Amino acid sequence: MFPADLKYTKDHEWLKPMGDGTALVGITHYAQDALGDVVFVDLPEAGESFGHGEEFGTVESVKTVSELNMPSDAEILEVNGTLADHPEAVNEDPYGKGWMVKVRLKGALAADLLDAKAYEALVSAESH
Amino acid sequence: MSTIAVELKKTPLNAAHRALNAKMVDFGGWDMPVQYPAGILAEHEAVRTKAGLFDVSHMGEIRVKGPGALALVEHLTPNDVSKLAIGQVHYTAFLYENGTFVDDLLVYREGEQEFLLVVNAGNSDKDFAWVQQHAKGNDCTVVNESPATGQIALQGPLAVGILQPLTKTPLDPIGYYFFTHGEVAGIKCLISRTGYTGEDGFELYCAAGDTEQLWNAVMAAGKPKGLLPAGLGCRNTLRLECKMALYGHEIDDTIHALEAGLAWIVKLDKGEFIGRDALLAAKAAPAPRKLVGFKTLEKRDIARDHMPVVHDGKQIGFVTSAAPSPTCGINLGLAYVPTELAKTGGRIQIEIRGRAVDAEIIPTPFYKRQK
Repeated sequence: MFPADLKYTKDHEWLKPMGDGTALVGITHYAQDALGDVVFVDLPEAGESFGHGEEFGTVESVKTVSELNMPSDAEILEVNGTLADHPEAVNEDPYGKGWMVKVRLKGALAADLLDAKAYEALVSAESH
Repeated sequence: MSTIAVELKKTPLNAAHRALNAKMVDFGGWDMPVQYPAGILAEHEAVRTKAGLFDVSHMGEIRVKGPGALALVEHLTPNDVSKLAIGQVHYTAFLYENGTFVDDLLVYREGEQEFLLVVNAGNSDKDFAWVQQHAKGNDCTVVNESPATGQIALQGPLAVGILQPLTKTPLDPIGYYFFTHGEVAGIKCLISRTGYTGEDGFELYCAAGDTEQLWNAVMAAGKPKGLLPAGLGCRNTLRLECKMALYGHEIDDTIHALEAGLAWIVKLDKGEFIGRDALLAAKAAPAPRKLVGFKTLEKRDIARDHMPVVHDGKQIGFVTSAAPSPTCGINLGLAYVPTELAKTGGRIQIEIRGRAVDAEIIPTPFYKRQK
């Protein structure tokens, strides 16, 4: 539920540094569970840049919609094209097939990102 | 997230929902299942193609009985109660003098002078006070049976097949919007062929203390046939596809019965009832707004409840309910728009997070079951 190699935001995105200045971004298991069945993911175009915390897309479930906020300053390199036809991948595999964008990180990682342990503590506080 | 500690009301099935790993939400002060692990899409699909079982014990039940009962219910509701046979149900409303809604409800005729009024959970206390207040001087008793009553709804094309083996009461002869009394799995029930999903099905009312046993018996009988427990999430998408009104959305105390498209429950020629004068006047003048169904044209444009309907940058109406439709596969919704725009095929715009997107007015209901 909380892979150790990821960084997390307080609003339930994850960021996976790939070690080469790029990273994958998605939403957490907790987020997909709270949203329920995902039916559409609205993502930006490659080449667009977003600041730390800036909205870069939305994820729509049957019952609600949630903003996607960029975990750290970054430029979009690629979006996960399979989500257009298979948005359910976000529910089924939020840390794998359900990734949303691949980005080039700009500068240092945001200081407010959480490690797995801190994020788990946050989620456990929210669900009680 | 810090939450204010409020004691939510619980139905007799609360422990059963938790045992099924339901996701629970605060629904009008009630701790209710929004979905079970199968999810809203699977539960919705089950109701349309097989069957789903809902806990609707939060609904309110008010019994009106005595020599003045018929006169009181006629006075309180716009539909023609005198036309109801014993054993028949109809959809109706409580209206204010100005024709807007106190609530919508079902009226069950239990006897010549005995009626069971089934009202929305969130309005239950207000409704009971409303009925009591108008009952003064009427020769009848008004009893709030809500706390003593459990209710489950078995909905879907397999409902008869699942329920019949559990009861000696022949189900086939019970027509749509009729009811009878009988035993289901040895439990005394009011068996009503009604629902809020657009499918065939039954609503079963029983003593609160029997609800869990009834739920378990129906679940056990239906499981091999594909029955799923179904939460409020799919209840909303199911009723929306059929354009069934939800209080606080399509109807409330600012919207009157005619603009809500509910002229069919307003029998202006039946005689006096609360709201009649206002609705007579409204009928005589052209209605300024109308409830319409719409679909957005792009897959990414998903309208939601309460979003503005706009024209030339100005708000001209509002969305009452909207969602991606699991059965129709389109993003649809209901909205109040100026009458001159309320034409099938016409275009309106919905403001979604600051962006005005195109939508087309389409016929309703969006979904109608094949009979």
